[in-house]
Amino acid sequence: MQELITRAKALLESGEVQRVLGWKQGEHIYDPEPAFFDSAEALKDFVYNGFCGANLSKYMIEAAKLEGKTLVFLKPCDSYSFVQLMKEHRVDREKAHIIGVGCKGKLSVNKIDADGILDIQGAGYPDCADTLTVDTLYGQTTVSYKDAMLERCHVCKGKEHMVCDEQIGESADTADSDRFAQVAAIEAMSPEEKFAFFQSELSKCIRCNACRNVCPACSCRKCVFDSTKFDSTQKANTTSFEEKMFHIIRAFHVAGRCTDCGECSRVCPQGIPLHLFNRKFIKDINSLYGEYQAGVDAQAKAPLTSFTQEDAEPSIVAEGGLTHA
Amino acid sequence: MQKIGVFVCHCGSNIAATVDVKKVAKMALKEPGVCHAEDYPYMCSEAGQSRIAAAIAEKGLTGIVVCSCSPRMHEATFRKAAERCGLNPYMVEIANLREHCSWIHKDMEEATEKAVILMRAAVAKVHLNTPLQAGESAVTKRALVIGGGIAGIQTAIDIADAGYKVDIVEKTPSIGGRMSQLDKTFPTLDCSACILTPKMVEAAAHENITIHTYSEVEKVSGFVGNFTVDIRKKARMVDMTKCTGCGVCQEKCPSRKTANEFNRGLNTRSAIYTPFAQAIPNVPVIDTESCIKFKTGKCGVCAAVCQAGAIDYKQQDEIITETYGAIVVATGFDTIKLDKYGEYAYGQSKDVITSLELERIMNAAGPTKGHLERLSDGKAPKEIVFIQCVGSRCSDDRGKPYCSKICCMYTAKHAMLIRDKYPDVNVTVFYIDVRTPGKNFDEFYRRAVEDYGVNYVKGQVGKVAPQPDGSLLVQGVDLLDNKQILKKADMVVLATAIEPNPDARKIATMLTASIDTNNFLTEAHPKLRPVESPTAGVFLSGVCQGPKDIPETVAQAGAAAVKVIGLLAKDKLKTNPCTAQADELLCNGCSTCANVCPYGAITYEVRLVNDHGIREERRVASVNSALCQGCGACTVACPSGAMDLQGFSNRQIIAEVDAICR
Repeated sequence: MQELITRAKALLESGEVQRVLGWKQGEHIYDPEPAFFDSAEALKDFVYNGFCGANLSKYMIEAAKLEGKTLVFLKPCDSYSFVQLMKEHRVDREKAHIIGVGCKGKLSVNKIDADGILDIQGAGYPDCADTLTVDTLYGQTTVSYKDAMLERCHVCKGKEHMVCDEQIGESADTADSDRFAQVAAIEAMSPEEKFAFFQSELSKCIRCNACRNVCPACSCRKCVFDSTKFDSTQKANTTSFEEKMFHIIRAFHVAGRCTDCGECSRVCPQGIPLHLFNRKFIKDINSLYGEYQAGVDAQAKAPLTSFTQEDAEPSIVAEGGLTHA
Repeated sequence: MQKIGVFVCHCGSNIAATVDVKKVAKMALKEPGVCHAEDYPYMCSEAGQSRIAAAIAEKGLTGIVVCSCSPRMHEATFRKAAERCGLNPYMVEIANLREHCSWIHKDMEEATEKAVILMRAAVAKVHLNTPLQAGESAVTKRALVIGGGIAGIQTAIDIADAGYKVDIVEKTPSIGGRMSQLDKTFPTLDCSACILTPKMVEAAAHENITIHTYSEVEKVSGFVGNFTVDIRKKARMVDMTKCTGCGVCQEKCPSRKTANEFNRGLNTRSAIYTPFAQAIPNVPVIDTESCIKFKTGKCGVCAAVCQAGAIDYKQQDEIITETYGAIVVATGFDTIKLDKYGEYAYGQSKDVITSLELERIMNAAGPTKGHLERLSDGKAPKEIVFIQCVGSRCSDDRGKPYCSKICCMYTAKHAMLIRDKYPDVNVTVFYIDVRTPGKNFDEFYRRAVEDYGVNYVKGQVGKVAPQPDGSLLVQGVDLLDNKQILKKADMVVLATAIEPNPDARKIATMLTASIDTNNFLTEAHPKLRPVESPTAGVFLSGVCQGPKDIPETVAQAGAAAVKVIGLLAKDKLKTNPCTAQADELLCNGCSTCANVCPYGAITYEVRLVNDHGIREERRVASVNSALCQGCGACTVACPSGAMDLQGFSNRQIIAEVDAICR
């Protein structure tokens, strides 16, 4: 962390960047939040630890409108989102100085809580340790690091940054599960079971919009749910179906552009596994149009917005959908 | 609030027999804004249209819904009727009660309920309709014909005779196509070349026709009346302006081992070659993959012997860009590959051949100079077996589900010609059905059976087994006698299914013309618009649309030409006002719409935008409405809903859905 601050200070002082986009301590040890730092002095609040799961790419859309360059810290998985935003002309690569920061898996406070460890006061952040030491109001306790990791880290896309100007810190590939196992399990359900599953998960939604607000793909100037131009404007649900529609519409809107950064599920206060919708699309796109990972290459043609002779015919797409149904 | 009139058509009994039209009209009156509703036996008739006119005048209607047949049928009729009464034609909506309702349902109660819902959706849409004005675009008075076979040649000649310029783009070094490979043609048995070459010469000499051989269409943009096409003129390595066509280069070329495509690979050709003697243009090309000069750098014989100095090894492909008002696809066919039909031993024995190969063997300019002989040992065959429907009418994925249409007739022709010239040769034809509709066709087939003694056996062949003595053992079944047949043959000829030229798919994609599951181009209407593609300005000629023989191809070629002439005769075309528009306040500038636009109608520009008091420069989409065809791809791809299609706005579509779900 100190190395990041030192480098950030140097870049600020040399005038190469006008501001720093990083994380600062939140109310608790486990909720650091994204923050802009305008001066070397302000950097005293900067933190980078195992709880810094927040993906900063989306903030670079606003940064692109500001004068001068912004220094941004991106973890390997965040860099996919930045590349995807470059592809969509939303961020300005020229106005970004990107430091690729090391990441060895980020922590989920919900998972630690679920282990019965409450009122966390502090936590050790050892690199690649098997055990995480947690200080709580009630004393020190330990938890297996792997068990405390965010879901997305178990399907880590790898330790490589897709874009950066320099790198600080080591990364580890923490993948240890099949990315599409959960999707396949849902696909195997009967229509009734599926409906019941989504009914139970999505009925928890309180429409706080956290998933949308954090999502780097949900970066429309004016969200269709906020615009009076459409009949989908924010309003109280009249039926329990409408809350499902919000998530289904959102999944369609980000299909083919979602990098599977997992932020939607991380921020959901209700613990809804929202990433599963997006992953279903990713799985289908892979099987119908060949392997594609959004955010790898800003120049690559995206399968849903391009046509090739080898594309599956509509009838095959329909059949594919039916076999999954 | 709109004042809407609803007009329910009986379509004789087409709609009224299944839908309670009176009830639909009655229910219409309950819809908000509907101040007039009536039903009538034929709304499209003069009297029906007068009723619409009268209602518009009397009630001061601002929008109308016609509950009738598909908008593809009569939308234009009713729009014109409305326009004559001073109503903007885009204030007319059609509720399709025929194709979408009465024709596909049997139960009157259910069909009526659905009809009411369809009417309701149309009324909901009209409420949001706004008057639209069609623009105009100029017509480039020049046509492009893709493919230089008999279909393309005939279409080009007919268009050129009407006084319009035509370009033919042909992939191979010469025009002529499949017909130039045929020996005789059914049912008159006249020589194919004798009737084709005059047409080729006529096309080449025509002042209005430009022929680009050894060329391919590379890129197509634009729309009806204004297509811009990039044509790749492949390097011939021979200067067309200098070459005299003397042929010395081909005689002297030391590379002679390349399979001769024109003779279906039955013999070889030189590396510098013209496909056949009557080729047009009579200018050879160098096949650089076979040419020793290109492979090793050491040769140059052709350049040395060429008196005209026409050989140019440095020639490069050239891309020319032309504009056209209309495009005709005439890409023709090829025979299917037989690698999935191991049972016929094609590829195992040289004496199992396709009918098109037999065509070359029987042709005086072919590999055997017209002598019927076995390709394995050059001996004269005494027993020939023809197998019909090889890959045609096939229920599994090895072949094609359709009938190739020409095989019954050409097999009868082959059998007859062989029996005529070599009476000592026995000819047996295994068939599933013999299909000979066509003028003088059945008579022709019967002549083969009755006068020439061709042995027709109804039944299929299970296996062709090459024997150690060089003969072929044909295992078949005679369904009429219900017995197995084992027959020794010297030669087996396979009536191989035809399929669209593999390039048809690529070309259809470039033209945004639709194709069916067999890669045949789709016509705009199977009965009423058989030579037009659904894509405006694109027409179909020949087998690219479906299996055809020569007379049908020529007839269709003429029909396609007439449609082209009808289009080119116009000075201006009305453009479709239902085009996309981007809302600059909602646009993210993400380029998704530009990526999906098939017409290249969307560009991006950085513009000063005033977003509720915030003035900033934004990258926003801009639609060229002259290029936009209103397909709507951008409106669904746009993540922020900034793209909207006039006449089919997101709001209108949602209003229709809401009305249906009400």
